[in-house]
Amino acid sequence: MNWLINTLGSSIGKKLLMAITGLGFIGFLAVHLIGNLTLYGGQDLFTSYVEHLHALGPLIILAELGLLSFAIIHIVIGTLLFYENLMARPVRYRVKKNAGGRTIGSATQPYTGFIILAFLILHLLNFHFAEHTNKSLYQLISSAFANPLYVGVYVIAMIVVAIHVSHGFWSLFQTLGANHPKYMPLIQKLGIAVSLMFGIGFGFVPIFISFIA
Amino acid sequence: MSENINLTLKIWRQKGPNDKGHLETHEARDISTDMSFLEMLDVVNEQLTVEGKDPVSFDHDCREGICGMCGTVINGLAHGPERGTTLCQLHMRHFKDGDTIVIEPWRARPFRIIKDLVVDRSSFDEIIQAGGYVSVNTGQAPEANSIPVPPEWAELAMDAAACIGCGACVAACPNASAMLFVGAKISQLALLPQGKPEAAKRALSMLRKMDELDFGNCSNETECEAVCPKEISITNIARFNREFLVASFGSSEK
Ligand code: HEM
Ligand code: FES
Repeated sequence: MNWLINTLGSSIGKKLLMAITGLGFIGFLAVHLIGNLTLYGGQDLFTSYVEHLHALGPLIILAELGLLSFAIIHIVIGTLLFYENLMARPVRYRVKKNAGGRTIGSATQPYTGFIILAFLILHLLNFHFAEHTNKSLYQLISSAFANPLYVGVYVIAMIVVAIHVSHGFWSLFQTLGANHPKYMPLIQKLGIAVSLMFGIGFGFVPIFISFIA
Repeated sequence: MSENINLTLKIWRQKGPNDKGHLETHEARDISTDMSFLEMLDVVNEQLTVEGKDPVSFDHDCREGICGMCGTVINGLAHGPERGTTLCQLHMRHFKDGDTIVIEPWRARPFRIIKDLVVDRSSFDEIIQAGGYVSVNTGQAPEANSIPVPPEWAELAMDAAACIGCGACVAACPNASAMLFVGAKISQLALLPQGKPEAAKRALSMLRKMDELDFGNCSNETECEAVCPKEISITNIARFNREFLVASFGSSEK
């Protein structure tokens, strides 16, 4: 198994783990977004979605464990890469300009990542680990978003996710070696579309709820 | 149409690898816009020599954009503001009278500064020594057409082989990663039948040497491609990633 540790511990190996776990999160976010869209359909539709989801029982626990291990890998390796990359240039340039390759997404990837992590903790405390016994999930959500501060934090967090994915999407294909002159322009456009979908789709949920709550 | 301009230069001066270094201001007077950037530095150095001061050390050799020796960061851009151009091929007509120009050496942990703007890039040689070659038997040159090579592959291999190893990719990369350099050196061989037999071994040993030398990790910022004087494409990095995958999971190399 030594070869596997050497492989995954190398610079490209670590990037490979970032790409696979990042792709996993994008898949999760897509499913999560579809679920959240039921909130636009009102309390009954959302509650029936939640009940159906929870009826999956052990499958949900399996998915949660999968997501948790992906998260640990993505966060630990992301932090390690961030640190190694800082150390690779101990003396910084006095003057440094972008030559045209960098984007907002690529230049902020580690920082948006850390903000997402902070948001993730808040988000799980808000809804996942919150007291569920005498309140339905819908009630939890509508009471949270009656507070404009929560609406603001959630909308900003979703913009940050969109920025992270705007670079992450095409970047993960490049990391996997899938850079083909026929498909790469399409992948890059799809990345922008997906990040806009995440930003707008998730971002409007708190705003919508705050209006009807 | 030539004219003469005056410039203020802020040049990185560093006595040796362990000196802290600092930016030093020099005036460059009456510089012809027909001069190259290095000729402009020659003029400054002549003046410094006349004044009995230490001239600025900088790397150069061919001065025709083919050897890969020259290169500094000009106002934050590796090889200066012109795309697809080495520093020696950058002309002063791209600057205006009264401009201030900040000149810094390539900065990366594996690139030790020897003096002023002169940088030790022997880490690149070490990566090549780790596997950037094909092992061939000596003897008579084989018949050229005995191994067919599709023209597109030959073109792609030639594009990768245009790399002159100047180090601008590392200098410009926000992470000081050498992936464009190594990607080009892997590609120029992996694309050709002669490079195939050792492809897996080469990909792994060059990658390991690169990591061992403490270059940063690529995060696909694509700054390298933007400053490369030979406009080497990041598709070569993707090919390196593929070669790595195939070598790691599809070959018996360890
Ligand atoms: C919504 C959740 C997230 C998604 C969808 C996501 C997605 C991605 C994707 C697709 C990549 C690109 C991988 C590649 O270039 O091959 C990436 C990179 C990265 N992510 Fe995330 N990520 C998420 C959360 C986080 C969190 C919580 C952190 C906190 C540490 C983080 C830190 C990073 C870093 C540092 C990189 C850059 C790695 C590198 O290329 O050097 N991400 N992410
Ligand atoms: S001096 Fe040879 S490439 Fe510039």
